[in-house]
Amino acid sequence: MKLSRRRRQRILRVAGYVVFGLLILAVAGAADWGQLSDAFFRTDVAGSMFPEAITVALRNTILYTLLAFVFGLTLGLILALMRLSSILPYRWFATGYIELFRGLPALLVLFMVGYGVPLAFPAREIPGGLYGSVTVGLGLTAAAYMAETIRAGIQAVPKGQLEAARTLGMSHLRAMISIVLPQAFRIVIPPLTNEIILLTKDTSLVYVLGVTPATIELTKFAGDALNQRVNPTPLVVAGLLYLVITLPLSQVVRRLEHRAARER
Amino acid sequence: MASIEIAGLHKSFGELEVLRGIDLAVEPGEVVCVIGPSGSGKSTLLRCVNLLEQPASGTIRVAGVEVTDPDCDIDAVRRGIGMVFQQFNLFGHLSVRDNITIAQRRVLKRSRAEANRVASENLDRVGLAGKANSYPAQLSGGQQQRVAIARALAMDPQLMLFDEPTSALDPELVGEVLAVMRRLAAEGMTMLVVTHEMAFAREVASRVVFMDGGTIVEQGSPAEVFGNPREARTREFLHRVLEPTRVDESEIGAHPGE
Repeated sequence: MKLSRRRRQRILRVAGYVVFGLLILAVAGAADWGQLSDAFFRTDVAGSMFPEAITVALRNTILYTLLAFVFGLTLGLILALMRLSSILPYRWFATGYIELFRGLPALLVLFMVGYGVPLAFPAREIPGGLYGSVTVGLGLTAAAYMAETIRAGIQAVPKGQLEAARTLGMSHLRAMISIVLPQAFRIVIPPLTNEIILLTKDTSLVYVLGVTPATIELTKFAGDALNQRVNPTPLVVAGLLYLVITLPLSQVVRRLEHRAARER
Repeated sequence: MASIEIAGLHKSFGELEVLRGIDLAVEPGEVVCVIGPSGSGKSTLLRCVNLLEQPASGTIRVAGVEVTDPDCDIDAVRRGIGMVFQQFNLFGHLSVRDNITIAQRRVLKRSRAEANRVASENLDRVGLAGKANSYPAQLSGGQQQRVAIARALAMDPQLMLFDEPTSALDPELVGEVLAVMRRLAAEGMTMLVVTHEMAFAREVASRVVFMDGGTIVEQGSPAEVFGNPREARTREFLHRVLEPTRVDESEIGAHPGE
């Protein structure tokens, strides 16, 4: 019997679903769920973490992320503009900075800022204490990534936009602010959100600077709870709380992309 | 005083010399159409007038101000020169109204109310009074180009530059843009127009300039240039543009039927 093309395709698709489903079931069936839930899903351990998990740890994680993001975005924008500048030394500096900070582990940079800056400038300290150090320490690395993203965004805006603005008598700076950058930022919203999500997870490095119960963030908080209760359930709680931050972010991007698509 | 005075203008892109000594004057109220084959330097010439391209040598004066002077405040000069591009170049993130008001407000420092009033006037002038709240992407090419013209006019320019304003349009949309330009010419606007629309040049231009190979080959009234071209290169160009179906295979070096 000869099958029609459509029928053949449908059989293949169903076969695909079946194989995929069986594979997942096989893995799930092989796992020892009793052991796993005793270790990772102990409600009493989870319950003992609240409300501090939210009022302190989650709050600080969000705060560190936002501070570093704003710092990184500002510095990244400046670096992107330097990278596109017609002035050669600016371009050199921006390129050197980006290559350096993209190449170093965030942990190392954070460490250098936390312990190196006080040594280099003993009379002054970074304002804001630990919050300031984290802002700069994580922001310096984030800026390098964001500079490249923003540069690509600016270059994706057609050259005619700048020409039209200049033709209307706008200065280069005014044309960048009113015409080019707003369009560039629309283009880079999705990759920039990626940056926030990466940054959110990088806040787990803050512990190297030594946190107090008031400045503790999610990962360190979970780590402490793990040591105290000798049970890894806190890691699962922390993981879920990270998702509480990152999932809505993805949602926001989707909405912004939708709006930008309408105006384009 | 001439609106535009160009003397000894040279411009190169790398090794390629695009303009090889251009002398041209445009008087107030004149409509000068520049025609010629692709790569003849027409657009570059136009873009030199408001310094979108930096000339290699030569001088350009706009309303008596030497724009090629390094100390010239080019932003101030550009305020008096409207420019319309082949690709429209409307600001995609702004509504039609904001496209027309942003430079009025940021450059001319007009109030929001004043800028909106001028925008409405000029939208009405180009027949798009109802489109103020649309975004460029929602408009046809012809409508976008008319908005671009309104945007330029809102700055009260003394001079308008048109860089192949209908070349990116579907054929049925060309007419609406030319109609707006014809009205503008009739109102006495000084215009320098690079175009492939020979019918427009013949009907509207006070002078036609034919360029080829980075030089002005000949210029004169439309009747002279179209009706009785002096130069062989002009005749050749007009023949190919005006009678494309009559270009013989022998003219293009093809050897049929061998």
